[in-house]
Amino acid sequence: MKIRFKLNGTAMQVDCAADRRVIDLLRENLGLTGAKESCAAGECGACTILVDGESKLSCLMLAAQLEGREITTVEGLASEDRLHPLQEAFVEKGAVQCGFCTPGAVLASLDLLKRNPSPTRAQIREGLSGNLCRCTGYHKIVDAVEEAAKTMQSRERP
Amino acid sequence: MGAAVPRADAYTKVTGEEKFAADYYSPDMLWAGVKRAAVPHALIKGILTDEACMLPGVITILTHRDIRGSNRQGVIRKDQPVLADKKVRHCGDGVALVLAEDSETLRRALDLIRVDLEPLPGVFDLEEALNQGAPLVHEDNSCGNVLLEAHIQTGDGPNAFEHCDAVIEGCFETPWQEHAYLETEVGWAREEGDGRVVITASTQTPFRDRVEVAEAIGLDLERVRVIAPYPGGAFGGKDGITVQTLLALAALNANGRPVKMWWNREESFVAGTKRHPTRLYYRLGAKRDGTLHALAARLYFDTGPYDHLGGVVMTLALEHAAGAYRIPHALLDAWCVYTNNPIGGAFRAFGVTQVTAAMEQMMDMLAARLDMDPLELRLKNALTRGEKTCIGVTLTGSTGLVDCLERIKQHPLWTERGAWKAAAGPFKKRGVGIAALMHAAGYGTVVPDYANAKVELTPEGRILIYCGVVDMGQGNASTNAQIAGSILNQNMDSIELVLPDTDRTLPSGSASASRCTYTFGNALIGAAENLKKQILQKAADLLMAPSTDDLALVPGKVFNRATGAEIPLTRLARLMAESERTAVSHFRAPVAKDRLNIADELRLHGLGHAVISYGAHLAAIEVDGITGAVEVVSYLSATDCGRVLNPQLYEQQIHGAICQGLGFALFEDFQVDRGSVKTPDLATYIMPTALDMPDMESLPVELHEPTGPFGLKGVGEIATNGPTPAVANAVADACGIRLFRLPMTPQRVLLALQGQESQ
Repeated sequence: MKIRFKLNGTAMQVDCAADRRVIDLLRENLGLTGAKESCAAGECGACTILVDGESKLSCLMLAAQLEGREITTVEGLASEDRLHPLQEAFVEKGAVQCGFCTPGAVLASLDLLKRNPSPTRAQIREGLSGNLCRCTGYHKIVDAVEEAAKTMQSRERP
Repeated sequence: MGAAVPRADAYTKVTGEEKFAADYYSPDMLWAGVKRAAVPHALIKGILTDEACMLPGVITILTHRDIRGSNRQGVIRKDQPVLADKKVRHCGDGVALVLAEDSETLRRALDLIRVDLEPLPGVFDLEEALNQGAPLVHEDNSCGNVLLEAHIQTGDGPNAFEHCDAVIEGCFETPWQEHAYLETEVGWAREEGDGRVVITASTQTPFRDRVEVAEAIGLDLERVRVIAPYPGGAFGGKDGITVQTLLALAALNANGRPVKMWWNREESFVAGTKRHPTRLYYRLGAKRDGTLHALAARLYFDTGPYDHLGGVVMTLALEHAAGAYRIPHALLDAWCVYTNNPIGGAFRAFGVTQVTAAMEQMMDMLAARLDMDPLELRLKNALTRGEKTCIGVTLTGSTGLVDCLERIKQHPLWTERGAWKAAAGPFKKRGVGIAALMHAAGYGTVVPDYANAKVELTPEGRILIYCGVVDMGQGNASTNAQIAGSILNQNMDSIELVLPDTDRTLPSGSASASRCTYTFGNALIGAAENLKKQILQKAADLLMAPSTDDLALVPGKVFNRATGAEIPLTRLARLMAESERTAVSHFRAPVAKDRLNIADELRLHGLGHAVISYGAHLAAIEVDGITGAVEVVSYLSATDCGRVLNPQLYEQQIHGAICQGLGFALFEDFQVDRGSVKTPDLATYIMPTALDMPDMESLPVELHEPTGPFGLKGVGEIATNGPTPAVANAVADACGIRLFRLPMTPQRVLLALQGQESQ
């Protein structure tokens, strides 16, 4: 079936099986491999994408569910040659090790900061509890989200 | 050098741009997958593939009959078939390899394959495996189910217990630990027009893989190329073959089309390697004043049906069995046994995690018996530079255990623990526990621990580092840039990395054993210094300087301090031949020189290391008396891993290792019933989430290691060893219970609390 949606700001139309998993559509058909597959069962958060700004697990979504939606993947976060403040903070604060959970963690953090622009460390931990990371022990991920929250708030202020 | 600079790979990973082995696709690709035994021990009577072959979209189905080589893999003992032939030895054994047009067809074809198996009695307990008459996993093994055994006696051995005032005994059991890297085993391969097979895989060992693949399927070594992108986590689980040989075999049968193989999570859990389960019997004796006098330990390691690295893991555990203490008399016995359980293999800290969990609990049990402060007991017995370890290795390098313990001793979490514990709320009990650590790096005395570094000044005037060792997330590739940049005095943005590739980079061993930056870094220092000399010499010739004495290599150019003349690297590089623009260097790590009275086989398996890191950990925990849940409130570590080249990477290693250690201690309960995995996914195998982890304080104790690059020692593994004993000792401190089985789940804690109350 033909499915129309907006992907990282660009209107698209794809022709694929309605029950194709969104993660396969993104990675195989559209070449966007930033969303990672790790458990295929909604347990790890590595395949997180934003659908209308809300974090969703692309391994549990079917292509037809994208109809009319706005999708953001990690590839759509940086603007021109400038990283998104969250990406910048993940780099600067050392929140990236093997990097396989990183795209999902960054997008889940973005969703969190939209709902709660200045979370406590405990709230960040709660907000990211659906994103497994096997490398960092989470400490520096929490540091990064805390830092990004500050940056994003100061940039929003006039 | 020494600055907390962000990693080079972080930029491409945070944008999704970095291409992992999992990220390769092409329109003409095929999918490959494996039919697995699903029974733990059976004779293969037949493999029925006709029905599956007829499925549209199936390209071919291969079995052991299609393998021309040895069909055997393994690092030390080659005992693991690529595809099982006569029998299957665990549920994860591969029996048939399917190539299909798409992943759905592949799945259906695998379901249609029928394997006719005649079940055999299995062996599932690591001590029962040693019994006379136990089912044999390998009938051709001359010592039954024993893969490797070791016996070391020092001093008066067990006779010394007669002269001890206090003797403590304990039997500890540790379970499997699943690596659970986010990127499961994956790769991509293609047979090129010239007949070469190019494999891009998530691996820690591209150079060793190349040899294993070639031998197992009967290819000339020249026909195999292995490329290793950044793995999405590895932790030892990709130290050796996972998908590589199967992929090469598939590629040879794919008419030049690329082939992808990607194990799903369950397959990774069932067929991948895990931390060895152990049963550890300890007996520790001391004098009244706390001086350790005698140790007897019997260590059993379950390697599953294949060596993988089981013998080496057991041997490293043996070397660390006595901890970092002076113990004059010891009897150490160890067995690594074959069973029909999942495969035991390398996992960060390589056997030392298990024995440290036991020994460091023994130390607290002894302290309690002697009514001594557990930290003072450790300080009293801690090894210092120049002394001998329990097995007789002289500590010739930097030895910072006392320094680490002192840092813990002075920290408020230790000095003010009494008040903190007393402030526990209702139904809560608080405790503080510590552990002392040592962890040796490198391959040991026989197998050469070497690296070959290559550095190039490109025609464009940039610096290219050919990394021979995989960066599986530790950041060693970035550290390479830091090292070369420091010596060549070039900015980070003019340095590029070539990741390990058997065609382009030079053999430099595995990404394992806390050796990556130590061994490769030393080689790289040599290569960078050689290149610097070549650049300066060429510049001296071109600038007509009498010698290189007045010349300085500065960012982007060579500058003559005497004349003010300069030549940019962009110009210089174009005037140099390729051989002048490249430099190489080899380094081999030092080994323990002591004449140890041990079997040659143990030396071959690594016994006797020279470069050792040290640490001390503290866990402050709170036990919920109603649920039994243990919350880690604060975690402190002090680590002597030599000079820290990048504090950010240092902390990353410590934090990650502590997290895996806390998972092992409290959450990760890999369950196997008669060879069958009962926790096949992340919903049943519970790992720490952000909510389960505390903030961590990680103090570096920067003693200079004279043999290390810029004074560094390995830091990748050591911190994995601290959490289990530190938390166990804290739980004992909080409520007087000690669990001799891991993990310390709420249920087990609660049962122990009730048991204690009913006593």
